[in-house]
Amino acid sequence: MPVETFEYDNRIVRDFAIATIVWGAVGMLIGVIAATQMFLPKLNLGIPQITFSHIRPVHTNALIFAFVGNGIFMGVYHSLQRLCKARMYSDLLGKINFWGWQLIILSAVLTFTNGITTGKEYAELEWPIDILIAIVWVVFAWNMFGTILKRRESHMYVAIWFYIATVVTIGPLHIINSLEIPVSFLKSYPLYAGVQDALVQWWYGHNAVAFFLTTPYLGLMYYYLPKAANRPIFSYRLSIIHFWALIFIYIWAGPHHLLNTSLPEWTQSLGMIFSIMLLAPSWGGMLNGLLTLRGAWDKVRQDPVLKFLAVAVTAYGVATFDGPTLAVKSVNAISHYTDWTIAHVHVGTLGWNGFLTFGILYWLIPRLYNTKLYSKKMAEFHFWIGLLAIFGYVIPMYFGAFIQSLMWKKFGAGGFLLYPNFLETVFPIIPMYIFRAVAGSLYLFGMILCAYNLFRTMRQGKITPDEKAEAPALEKITTEPGKHEFRHRILERKPVLFTLLALIAVSIGGAVEIIPNFVIKSNVPTIASVKPYTPLELEGRDVYIAEGCYYCHSQMIRPFRSETARYGEYSKSGEFVYDHPFQWGSKRTGPDLHRIGSKYPDAWHYNHMHDPASMSPGSIMPPFPWLSEDKIDFKGTPPKIRAMQKLGVPYPDGFDMKVPEEMQKQAEQIAKSLADAGITVEPDKKIVALISYLQRLGTDIKVKTESGQ
Amino acid sequence: MEVMVLLIFFSLLIAIGFLIAFIISLKRGQYDDLYTPSVRMLFDDRDKGKDADKTGES
Repeated sequence: MPVETFEYDNRIVRDFAIATIVWGAVGMLIGVIAATQMFLPKLNLGIPQITFSHIRPVHTNALIFAFVGNGIFMGVYHSLQRLCKARMYSDLLGKINFWGWQLIILSAVLTFTNGITTGKEYAELEWPIDILIAIVWVVFAWNMFGTILKRRESHMYVAIWFYIATVVTIGPLHIINSLEIPVSFLKSYPLYAGVQDALVQWWYGHNAVAFFLTTPYLGLMYYYLPKAANRPIFSYRLSIIHFWALIFIYIWAGPHHLLNTSLPEWTQSLGMIFSIMLLAPSWGGMLNGLLTLRGAWDKVRQDPVLKFLAVAVTAYGVATFDGPTLAVKSVNAISHYTDWTIAHVHVGTLGWNGFLTFGILYWLIPRLYNTKLYSKKMAEFHFWIGLLAIFGYVIPMYFGAFIQSLMWKKFGAGGFLLYPNFLETVFPIIPMYIFRAVAGSLYLFGMILCAYNLFRTMRQGKITPDEKAEAPALEKITTEPGKHEFRHRILERKPVLFTLLALIAVSIGGAVEIIPNFVIKSNVPTIASVKPYTPLELEGRDVYIAEGCYYCHSQMIRPFRSETARYGEYSKSGEFVYDHPFQWGSKRTGPDLHRIGSKYPDAWHYNHMHDPASMSPGSIMPPFPWLSEDKIDFKGTPPKIRAMQKLGVPYPDGFDMKVPEEMQKQAEQIAKSLADAGITVEPDKKIVALISYLQRLGTDIKVKTESGQ
Repeated sequence: MEVMVLLIFFSLLIAIGFLIAFIISLKRGQYDDLYTPSVRMLFDDRDKGKDADKTGES
C-alpha cells in the first residue's frame, strides 16, 4: 500500500478549545450569581433578566451545551482525525458546526434571560432554535461519519464507538422531545400533555445526561487518558464490553426521574431496574480508567494533567454509584425535590466533565501550539483549588438535603407535621447555600486561572494550523485491479453515507407525521371535572412558565402522608391532561404549588409576588415587581387557544372569537377583588393573569368531591 | 399513555440499530485483536523530524 501524506486540521480544534474555555467561565459565573441569589434573593434588583429563575437555565445550558458541548467537539475533532489517520471530512462543515453551535448558545442566553422558554428543563429553547440545533447536529454527524468512512486505519478504536453513540442518539432524542406547535415566532406548545409530556421530557433529560455528558466524555477518556499517561488502557476488551452494555441499558432509565409521581407504576419500576443495572457498565468504565494508572501513580504525582483525569474518573465512579442509589424508589422518596439531586449532578459536572475538560485542555493546548504549558504550578494550584471547591460544594448540599427532607417528613407526637411552615425547613439550610456559593466561586476562580494559563501558553507558542502526517492507505478488497483506486473508494463509500442520511430523513418525516395523531387522541380527560384553563388562566400559565417558577416549585404531590398533610390531596395523572407543557418541576426550593388554588386571597398573591418577604418573613424567593407593570395583550391569546384546540383541548368551536371579552371579564373580577383589598391594578397586567392561574391550580377535583357529597 | 409506544419504538429502533452495528463490526473482525489497538493509538505520526519529542511533555 502506498503511503499517503495528509494534514490534520488543528485550527478547528483550537476554535472549539477557546469556545470551551470562554463559555465555561461565563456559565460558572452565572452559576455563582444564581447561587448567591439563593440566600440573597433581593440581589436580582428587581430586574427580570438577572433573576434566579431566568438565569438558572442560562447556567445549565451554558455549562452542558456550551462548555461540555464545545469540549466534546474539541476532543472529537482532535482525536478522531488521529484515530482515523485522516483529516476531518470537510473544513466547511466544521466551520458551520462551530459557528452554528455558538449562535445557538448566544440565542439561548438572549431568549432565556428574557423569559422566552418552552418550560421543559434542559430543553428550554424555543422552536426556531430547536430546528437550528437539529441542523447543526446533522452537520456534525455528516462531518464525523464522512471522516470515519475515509479513514486509513481499519480498526475503529473504542473512543470512536462512543462518539458514534453520541451522534446517533442525541438526534432522535432532541427531535422527539422538541415536537411542538408554534403559536408565534418565539412561542410554542409541546404536542404532549401532562404525564406523557413528563415521560418524554425525562426520557430525553436522562439520555441527555447519558449521551451528552457521559458517552462522549468516556470516548474522550479512552483517548486522552492513555495518551497522557503514555500507556495503553488497562483492558481493551473491557472497554468494548462496557461500551455495548452501557448504550443498551442507558436508554431505558429515564423514568427514574418520575418515581412516586403519577406516572404508571410499571414504568417507574422499569426505569428503576435499568438504572440499577447501569452500575455495572458504568463502573466498568471507571475501573478501566483508574486501573490504567496502576503502576503510574508516580507520574500522577508530578503531572497536573493526570491528576485532573484521575479525579475526573473517580468522580464518574461516585456519580454513577449515587445515580442508581437515587433511582431506588424508597431512596428517591427522601432525595427527590431536595438538594441531593443538585449535589449528585455537580459531582458529575464539576468532577467528571469539568476535570476531564481541564485535563484535556492542559494536555492539548501545549501540543497544538508546539510549546510547554505556561505554568505547571498554576495548573497544580488550579487542581487543588478545584478539588477543594468540589468538596465544598457537594458536602453541604448532601447535608442540607438530608436535613430538609427529614424536616419535611417529621411528624410530632400529636400526629401533625412538626414543621408545617415550609420556610422553617429552609432556614436551617441557608448556611449550606452560602457554603455552596463560596465553593462555586472557588471553582470559578480555578477556571479563570486555567483560562489565563492557557492563553499565555497560546501566546508563547505557535500553532501548526495544518499538521502534516502520513499513513498507508486503507487496504481495499478491490475487485477490479488497475482501476483508479480513489474513484473506487468514493463509489463504494457514498451509498453508505446516503443510506444513513436517508434513514435519518425518513425517520424524522415519519415521526412528524405519525406522532401528532395518536398523541392528540390520547389527551382525552380521564377525570370528568377536570376542565381546560380559561384564556386568562392560560396566559397566566404562560407567565408562570416564562418566569421559570417551575425551577423552584413542583406541581406534583406524591402519595405520602407527609405530603398530603402539607399540601393536600395527592396529584392524579388525569389532572394534567391539558398541561402543555407539564410543570411538575424537579426541585422544591419553595413549596409544592399543585393545590395552591383558593388557599390564599388574591391580595396575598399580589403582595407576595411584589415582595415575598412581606408575606413570608425570611422568604428566599426573589421579588417579581415587574409583573404588576408588564401588560398582556389579550389580542395575542386567540392564536394560543386555536393551537390548544389543535392539540385536542376541548374548547368549543368558535371560542377563540370570544376570548378577549372572556379574559376582560375574569381579569376585572380579580382586579376588583384586589381593589377591595386596597390594591389598584389594571386588569391587563401580567400579575392578574398569574393570580388567575394560581387560584385555579389543583381546584378541579376539589369541586368534584364537594358536588359528590 | 400511548406515548410509551412511541418511546419504546424509538428506544428499540436505536437499540436494534446498535445491535446490527455490533454484529457487523464483529463479523468484520473489529474485535479479533483486543490488544494492539490500545497500544497503536499511543503512537503519533506528528512531524517525525525536529522537535517532535521535546514538545511532548508539559
